Amino acid sequence: MIATENIIQQPLSELVKDCPPVLDFLSAYRLEVANESFAALAASLSAEFWNEFETNADELAGQFVDFVEGMQDAASVQQIHSLEVIGGQNKLGEPEACNLLIKPGEITCIVGPTGSGKSRLLADIEWLADFDTPTKRRVLLNGELPDENLKSSFGGKLIAQITQNMNFVLDMDVQSFLLLHAQSRFLANADEKVAEVIDLANQLSGETFDPTTPVTFLSGGQSRALMIADVACIGQAPIVLIDEIENAGVDKRKALEVLVSQEKIVLMATHDPLLILQADRRVVIKNGGMHKIIQTNEHEKAYYDELFEIDRKMQQARNFFRLGNEYHGAF
Amino acid sequence: MDGIRLITFAGPPSSGKTSVILKMIESVPGLKEHCGVIKFDCISSLDEERYASVGITAQTGIAGNLCPDHYFVSNIEACLDWARSNQLTTLIAESAGLCNRCAPHLKEMMAICVLDNLSGINTPQKTGPMLKLADVVIVTKSDLVSQAEREVFRFKIQQVNPKATVLFINGITGQGADKLARMIGLAQSVANAETLKLRFSMPAALCSYCLGETRVGEDFQVGLNRKIKLS
Repeated sequence: MIATENIIQQPLSELVKDCPPVLDFLSAYRLEVANESFAALAASLSAEFWNEFETNADELAGQFVDFVEGMQDAASVQQIHSLEVIGGQNKLGEPEACNLLIKPGEITCIVGPTGSGKSRLLADIEWLADFDTPTKRRVLLNGELPDENLKSSFGGKLIAQITQNMNFVLDMDVQSFLLLHAQSRFLANADEKVAEVIDLANQLSGETFDPTTPVTFLSGGQSRALMIADVACIGQAPIVLIDEIENAGVDKRKALEVLVSQEKIVLMATHDPLLILQADRRVVIKNGGMHKIIQTNEHEKAYYDELFEIDRKMQQARNFFRLGNEYHGAF
Repeated sequence: MDGIRLITFAGPPSSGKTSVILKMIESVPGLKEHCGVIKFDCISSLDEERYASVGITAQTGIAGNLCPDHYFVSNIEACLDWARSNQLTTLIAESAGLCNRCAPHLKEMMAICVLDNLSGINTPQKTGPMLKLADVVIVTKSDLVSQAEREVFRFKIQQVNPKATVLFINGITGQGADKLARMIGLAQSVANAETLKLRFSMPAALCSYCLGETRVGEDFQVGLNRKIKLS
């Protein structure tokens, strides 16, 4: 973090190293990076410049400081050691039956019929509810009610979402797009990260794609795989919400392992028994309230292996027939 | 005189301003009775009917052949009087189709800019003062794009306006609209329109075309012009 007074006194060439987007700010005003400070640069500008951009030295310096501070805020990520939802009430006004405590590296499934209130739970977490939503829930971060400072420093960066109806819409190739995302996070080793994400996405989807493929050309499975890999490696949100990824042609087990290995808190709304049993626990939503928390038990873990074997067979058969083979009693 | 919360809502056409306003008002029980909307538009608008159909008091102002920004600023005082006579405590001034050169935002009054997440990565940079000078930036349609695109879009907004609060609101389901309602509930109010000031000056547009000239040639250009630099 650079102190406010240093922002306009520090040589721009150094400031750019700490905060590359300074270049964008300067180029918007057709200014060049030099060894002099912003203050010195501003003092050297002509009346014509101030006229053209309809601003003055004080105003521009203020904007510049706001910009650099804003960029630093944008890059900062708070560490979360725990997230706890203290129960409020359900749609019938009855108190919720339980609280929910989640830690990084853990997977929690949210189960319940459509319309039961799964989204509300996620919205409460995103809003860091403090008795101020219809459910009267409270959300604690690291064991405490977050104060206004902490709330604003998260400012919507708390939760990353991946759902079935999300698509890439930008007209860019995979590599350029990931690089743009990595740069917006000020990652020092952006190129390595991008290569890592592409490699991981290819492992997850099974159908490989090229770094130069336009993102809009990816298949459903490839898109989902890329979104998951990106959220795991580049994304800033410590909490990842996944809504229904079951039919996307993605190696689900591996996808969850990847997210967990990056110490993300994973919350997943799903109806897929394989995913439910891979989770550490599941929260059952009923009438808009948290009804019950079930820890995945030993029987369930054993049963998971059975289901996994069935799923493996299904995938084997899918690939077998898809590649034009004929079955004569053995694969 | 009682104060009225005046909120300016600006954004490109079809970015979802009306949907966001509707969801925002509906997210608070009883807000409908105290909150009115004036829609400023250039050519035509059907939004008044959308508001009326859910029982929200609304009016439309069509700028026609006048500069929509000048039209807005020269009518906002009358709109406040209208709101007062209708016993409204919150007045939303929604304006679309501005040329991106201007912003309807007023000092002290909460200023909101609505952008569409589908509209392309460079939209924030092209949007100008209505984004740059907003207190709150709302991003719509972000449920349709990837997390990475949301994050990059947010970053591009912060590059243009580092101080604004960025909210992602789904104009169809209304997810996130209650947050906006809470923020609007904390906004300042104004008792007297005479004390209001624009955040950004209106264009220096005093040339022959402002007066109805249609011929293109240099001979017909009188007044303030700027010539493009071609290399």
